[in-house]
Amino acid sequence: MKKVICSAILVASVLAVSTVASARDYISIVGSSTVYPFSTVVAERFGKTTDFASPKVEATGSGGGLKLFCSGVGESTPDMTNSSRAIKSSEVELCANNGVTQIKEVLVGYDGIVIANANEAAAFSLTRKDVFLALAKQTPNAKGKLVDNPYTTWDEVNSSLPAIKIEVLGPPPTSGTRDAFVELAMEPGAAMVDSLAQLKSAKAGPETMGMLMTLGIAAGVATTYEEKNGKAPAGLNIFTQVAHAIREDGAFIEAGENDNLIVQKLVANPSALGIFGFSFLEENADKVKGALIDGTPPTFEAIASSEYPVSRPLYFYVKQAHVGTILGMQEYVDLFLSDAASGEDGFLLDRGLIPVDAGETRVQIIK
Amino acid sequence: MSNLIREMVRSNLKKRYQAEQRFRLYGLASVGFGLLCLALLFADIIYKGAGAFRQTVVEVELYFDPEVLGLNIPVETDQIRSANFDGVIRLMLRERFPEVTTRADRRALYGLLSVNAVYDLQALVMANPKLIGQSRKIWLLADDDVDMYYKYGREGEQVGRLAEISRIWVEQLADDGVVKTQFNTGFFTNGDSRDPEISGVKGAVMGSFFTLIVTFIISFPIGVAAAIYMEEFAPKNKLTDFIEVNINNLAAVPSIIFGLLGLAVFINFFGVPRSVPLVGGLVLSLMTLPTVIISSRASITAVPPSIREAALGIGASKVQVVLHHVLPLAIPGMLTGAIIGMARALGETAPLLMIGMIAFIIDPPSSVLDPATTLPVQIYLWADSPERAFTERTSAAIMVLLAFLIVMNSLAVWLRRRLETRW
Repeated sequence: MKKVICSAILVASVLAVSTVASARDYISIVGSSTVYPFSTVVAERFGKTTDFASPKVEATGSGGGLKLFCSGVGESTPDMTNSSRAIKSSEVELCANNGVTQIKEVLVGYDGIVIANANEAAAFSLTRKDVFLALAKQTPNAKGKLVDNPYTTWDEVNSSLPAIKIEVLGPPPTSGTRDAFVELAMEPGAAMVDSLAQLKSAKAGPETMGMLMTLGIAAGVATTYEEKNGKAPAGLNIFTQVAHAIREDGAFIEAGENDNLIVQKLVANPSALGIFGFSFLEENADKVKGALIDGTPPTFEAIASSEYPVSRPLYFYVKQAHVGTILGMQEYVDLFLSDAASGEDGFLLDRGLIPVDAGETRVQIIK
Repeated sequence: MSNLIREMVRSNLKKRYQAEQRFRLYGLASVGFGLLCLALLFADIIYKGAGAFRQTVVEVELYFDPEVLGLNIPVETDQIRSANFDGVIRLMLRERFPEVTTRADRRALYGLLSVNAVYDLQALVMANPKLIGQSRKIWLLADDDVDMYYKYGREGEQVGRLAEISRIWVEQLADDGVVKTQFNTGFFTNGDSRDPEISGVKGAVMGSFFTLIVTFIISFPIGVAAAIYMEEFAPKNKLTDFIEVNINNLAAVPSIIFGLLGLAVFINFFGVPRSVPLVGGLVLSLMTLPTVIISSRASITAVPPSIREAALGIGASKVQVVLHHVLPLAIPGMLTGAIIGMARALGETAPLLMIGMIAFIIDPPSSVLDPATTLPVQIYLWADSPERAFTERTSAAIMVLLAFLIVMNSLAVWLRRRLETRW
């Protein structure tokens, strides 16, 4: 028994030492869960059609991915990060502070989020303000105070909408679609409400506190924020909290991550609306139709041209310092950008990607 | 007086018997409820997952036309890699369904077979380059939507999203007798994939295996050593009491905390690579350690003091007593504790989130230093995937996880039976 224990300890220490010597022979990718489905498909093809090892793809979220990406240069840091938004200047700065300077930005394509209902149901033409008022947890009442959302039918929100009960099936908070929806539809919608727009632009301190008074938000919200983040909240912080809160009284139904399921439920219940990715609308065009948002229908072209408001570009970022050290990085980027992948007929389009226009610049170095 | 007591007992007797009966019934009901839940769970998983062990394949006759493949004869191995096997398959499909002419329909037609059929052909021709210029009947994997339709959708129930036109083609092929289901060996020999038809659990099983090996190698010796010191050598004072309380508390710490610790210590400080079974094993061994220590201490306490005293009495030193007598007698209990702790570690995903083991990894790991996921992570990733065919694979992966657990627990029982000494 003594021998067994001794040898076990020996093995463990050898393992520990050998890690230091090993070199990474695969590409390490982190980042957004929205880009993950595309990134993984490319990674798989890459592993199969080239001599390089298959890349490893982690879904850490855009912010988490960029944080890891910017943590430094070297084998222990990721080579690429997927992102469903452009890198922020603060993140570029963080990268620079850690020695990550040459960052290549690659535009993957676009992603649209649609609000749809069954084909036989009434057509909807919504503004983002309508969306916010119908789905927010709290909305300002006639006196400007924030109260729990009182709207129960669409025509109460906007008289031009049909008199149907508000019933929206959407993704749960864990979903990337939900994040995007909240960011691209709810937040701009909230900014179209005057009092909330004022809150958004209020400076930290008395101005924000004043706005909180007007809106009737308990001071506790501000203090909680301050305790959590160690600084006084600017109006924007509180605004984000209000804009991001979706009602929980049953009008918004979390329908799980499975977008296919939402489509099926919409067919069964013509009075309900559903929120999901554009690719599911396209695939189920015989069953559901998309609502116009701010007057624009969710079509392939409208999303690609950013005319449809609830759409966003998807990116990934490449650490140029690793090219040459980690094998296959350039080839991976080439495969991603090839026509076979993200061109007019590419395999990524089958997975729901909206491709970039031929003329658009897809690769640039971030200064 | 004694009569009076007898009266009182007699009058109560019936009530007491009833109470006992009731008590037993409660117990029985609880056991029954537990079993029912278990049976429901198993029935649900098996019902949903059984289909994943069968896989739809389509037999096609392919002519490996060197012209379509873009190969010159004699063929070099390098060229086969870049040969146009897609073209061969597409040509065959177009010939089989000549009525299909529009571009959209052709796309749907090409979608009948798995996109990965190309790689199977590639491997086949690599192994046997003589095939070029010949015809051969081959069973190729069907696309996952076809697979779902062929397995479940034919009885009229709407399953999956296979288009109407594709269904007609599948039915035509089925009438020709070239569609069948076969045992899905790929499920056990492939790594993860975004295409359900070729995804498998091998990567996850190997990842779990390597992770648990590391966990065992680290937590068992350290746990046993700590337990022996605490039980046999440590003085009984406030410090040891404090340590004991802490060990017990540690056993109840949520596992995500260990993941955070692992990220900070092993990855950021010691520079262990992310996503590898080594770091997973290290984190999980931290989590298992308290369980191992507690169960090891319990089994050391269970060794009768007479054995220690007898050994001391004939002049054995303290170390000899421990190593020659106490440890051999306590080892079965310690091993059982360790294996149960590891079974818990096997089911963990939360701590692995922090150290990058929740990732899409295609190649199964071959050492503790290759990136890997574990079985519960694989289940989570598949449950999250939009493709309909992953639903059954999720349940099938749960079955594999349960089988893994049953094997580990049986091992624990077997070891205990074999090594146990009774007094």
